[in-house]
Amino acid sequence: MSQAESTENKKNTIPLYTPKPDGNTPLWYQRPRKNIVTPTSEKRDTPQGLWDKCPQCNLIKLTKDLEANYFICPKCQHHYRIGSHDYFNILFDNKQYEPLFDNIFSKDFLGFTDLKSYQQRLDDIYTHTDLKDSMRVGYGKVLGEEIVIACMDFDFIGGSLGSVMGEKFARAVDVCISKRVPYMIICKSGGARMMESAFSLMQLAKTSSKLVQLSEAKLPYISLLTDPSFGGISASFGMLGDINIAEPDALIGFAGPRVIKETIKRELPEGFQRSEFLLEHGFLDFIVSRDKLQAKIHQMMVLFKN
Amino acid sequence: MLTTQNRQFLEFEKNIKEILDQIEETKNLAVKNKTIDYTPTIKQLALTAVEKRRELTSNLTPWQRVQLSRHPDRPYALKLIEKMSTNFVELHGDRNYKDDKAMIGGFAQLDGETMMFIGQQKGTNTKSRQLRNFGMANPEGYRKALRLMKLADKFNKPIITLVDTPGAFPGIEAEERGQGEAIARNIYEMFKFSVPIIVVVIGEGASGGALGIGVGDRVLMLENTWYSVISPESCSSILWRSWDKKATAAEQLKLTATDMLKNGLIEEIVPEPFGGSHWDYDETAQILKKYIKKNLTELQTLDSKTRIDKRIERYNKLGHWIER
Ligand SMILES: [Zn+2]
Repeated sequence: MSQAESTENKKNTIPLYTPKPDGNTPLWYQRPRKNIVTPTSEKRDTPQGLWDKCPQCNLIKLTKDLEANYFICPKCQHHYRIGSHDYFNILFDNKQYEPLFDNIFSKDFLGFTDLKSYQQRLDDIYTHTDLKDSMRVGYGKVLGEEIVIACMDFDFIGGSLGSVMGEKFARAVDVCISKRVPYMIICKSGGARMMESAFSLMQLAKTSSKLVQLSEAKLPYISLLTDPSFGGISASFGMLGDINIAEPDALIGFAGPRVIKETIKRELPEGFQRSEFLLEHGFLDFIVSRDKLQAKIHQMMVLFKN
Repeated sequence: MLTTQNRQFLEFEKNIKEILDQIEETKNLAVKNKTIDYTPTIKQLALTAVEKRRELTSNLTPWQRVQLSRHPDRPYALKLIEKMSTNFVELHGDRNYKDDKAMIGGFAQLDGETMMFIGQQKGTNTKSRQLRNFGMANPEGYRKALRLMKLADKFNKPIITLVDTPGAFPGIEAEERGQGEAIARNIYEMFKFSVPIIVVVIGEGASGGALGIGVGDRVLMLENTWYSVISPESCSSILWRSWDKKATAAEQLKLTATDMLKNGLIEEIVPEPFGGSHWDYDETAQILKKYIKKNLTELQTLDSKTRIDKRIERYNKLGHWIER
């Protein structure tokens, strides 16, 4: 959450939205306003300046060089934490996609107040970033194959799962079913959004029920787990992929390492809850580095096809 | 059997304890002094005790409600099954790794009708609390529950789950065996069963650990229970960065049965005996049985396809957002 509160260093970027070439706007899709642009604050969460220092090996690189390398450290292969815009740029052909459901915003239904009110927390994020919520959905092509991709933004209250993410997830599944296209989710979240209490918990059920429908429609569902993916994410759609895959060295689990340590009162083993650990224990199909991600997703889509 | 001697009392139950002690003293007096008839006094005190119990549960803060849900004398899943059903046969194991003692289940009959009961189970003394892992299931517990639910579905028996957990267990082995996956799988599969599913929160309903057996056509809560995305203690520690705000967190989380009903997250509240279900196991079980039967009868008027559609619809309606 501390990360969510420190989003500075804004800079201008190019608009990413390109209309669908065939001009065929489906009913479910509400065309966004023409002047939508994407400031950097929304663009990614960790690398933010002109230069970036690798949190793993301290290598200093120009941000634009890093971006050209999929935000992977060229020295130690550390995968920087990035947001939905970067993932969409990496995955979608020509960086083109239709943003979906950008008009859905969080509501402080319970009037939740901790040190700050939930509404204040939301307003602060809207002021400091251009993120609209913790997940964005895009519809486009990956190496020519149509797909809907939903991607979380950790900068928005830790990528937390609340009513908005649940509703976007549900509608994304409906789009997949009506368009007969595969669904991919990119997880990056600390878990459920506490300020929505039981409503956030129920999103685990809501999203899972939509996956039952997607499965009945025989459409592929790919879950990509990135650093970090915890709690409600792993206890619902994050672990329910036809294939579950992960980026290298991502922390993935149900309970957070700190909670486990406090409960069992002993040290956690080396590599615990890392992607490689999950692969070893049978919960992932494979690990994919970000530079190979687009090709790999395309390959799977082709293999899933009739 | 609970008696005044072995009952345990929470801080805000002290005034009830005082009256019960008075009753005991009066009974002792009656034994010593046969010339005076103490019966009316004892009767009056007993009535006062019930009245104090009624007062207590009609006026509790959310945090007190949480404490009552964890009352050491509270009837747990096996006790309620024992008290309301006949022919209970407990079934064990997930057929894969082991038998998780924090999750119990088996067939039983309510007035002759067979159904599958599944629930988290807590212990009643130090030893059994450890054996039951304080009601915190491991992945094999959720997989055992899933196996039993599939069994029920196969033989067309309704599924009744009794939720009572402070959470799924956070441990190294739990993660190795996929705690997240196990819960996710259950949530997913519970949308597919063609038999009716009734979920009853009988104690603590904490987060994914509760929802792992918590997807149903109807969700009920006993009067003095709670259901939330996180325990008030953990919420306090994360959001307030202190362990002292648990009472405030309990208020903010809107976790009581009354709040959950008001917010449309559950269908019904099952009343408990005055003062809480620990005062009368039999009465608690009889009320619960009545509610299960009533809901089941209603659900059985629907065909399975409609039931599944409505189940999915039920959960898809839950959430609040703004569209601009
Ligand atoms: Zn590095």
